[in-house]
Amino acid sequence: MHELAITESIVAAVTEKLPGAPIRRVCVEVGELSGVVPDALRFCFELACAGTTLEGASLDIVRMPGRGQCQSCSAEFDTTDFLVLCACGSAEVTVLGGRELRIREVEVV
Amino acid sequence: MCATCGCSGGGVRVTDPAHRHDHHHPHSHEHGHGHSHDHSHDHDHDHSHDHDHGHPHEHSHDERPRGHTVLLEQQILAKNDNLAAENRRWLADRRIRAINLMSSPGAGKTTLLERTLADLAGTLPVAVLEGDQETLLDADRITAAGARVVQINTGAGCHLDAEMVRHGLDTLDPQPGSLLFVENVGNLVCPALFDLGEAAKVVIASTTEGEDKPVKYPHMFASADLVLLNKIDLLPYLVFDVTRWQTAVGRINTGAQVLQISATTGVGLDDWYRWLRALG
Repeated sequence: MHELAITESIVAAVTEKLPGAPIRRVCVEVGELSGVVPDALRFCFELACAGTTLEGASLDIVRMPGRGQCQSCSAEFDTTDFLVLCACGSAEVTVLGGRELRIREVEVV
Repeated sequence: MCATCGCSGGGVRVTDPAHRHDHHHPHSHEHGHGHSHDHSHDHDHDHSHDHDHGHPHEHSHDERPRGHTVLLEQQILAKNDNLAAENRRWLADRRIRAINLMSSPGAGKTTLLERTLADLAGTLPVAVLEGDQETLLDADRITAAGARVVQINTGAGCHLDAEMVRHGLDTLDPQPGSLLFVENVGNLVCPALFDLGEAAKVVIASTTEGEDKPVKYPHMFASADLVLLNKIDLLPYLVFDVTRWQTAVGRINTGAQVLQISATTGVGLDDWYRWLRALG
């Protein structure tokens, strides 16, 4: 359940950046290959926000697509699977995108 | 239990088994139990406009005034990553090589440490940070094996983070030039995301867990610099295809080195010690 620690990190980062500012909405980017489950984030978010300036804030999650590049044939492709096989059969795939865990923006009341 | 994060009251405990007094280190996130903000909801809606709908309404559908958006563009784990970078610098200044040992519960982390401490005794100063949710049992085993150890109990926490390791280092005060093992909480999921400031991540799998573990827990195996396959002495009694397991590791992590060992019989441990010494 590392999503709890992730939501705590979101709350800590926002309250540190914007001390005292009441927050209406938080928008985060969560990559499809990041190992973080959006539903679990939402589940923990309300709990993590209680008693802070984020209490009652909504959480927008923007899913960032997984993207890989084959090291054998150089093809680039989308993927939602951490275990990527290129169409050419190679398993040597470099992940180009999809590992994002970023706070994009917040809305202050 | 704390309603903010689920941590158990006093939060993280760091214990030097030689002294048996706890240092309570509640994590630094703001619990804010004071609830100091008021709920006056002094919305500045101006309801004097007539409701003929002849003009576009300014207020949003939730009847609250629109806030202003602030771009943050910040890594969610930036705080942990910064603390980990500080730990890494602190360790490098003292020529301490830290190894983050991760596995599922029961794969043999503590047994491997006991054996390693016995075999390296007198050749290399070694210290240990032990991570577990509860108890000092592992710290006691490491003390009995002759090494300096500090236990970090995470309470409800499922992984170590850089701040816990910072507090652990303050209490442990490892000798310059030493090898430091950080035994993470037994868990193949959560520890993979949290940098502690280590020089290398070592993931231990064991033959009793089945050969499909690397593909079932890809994040953990993808993060490893070295993957150990422990309990190979049990292979004659198990249905475990080592080649299949190795193929699975290779699919997840093409760069990781793989060693087959038995922490009980000592098979393969010379390679493990060579790898440790090569860390510099």
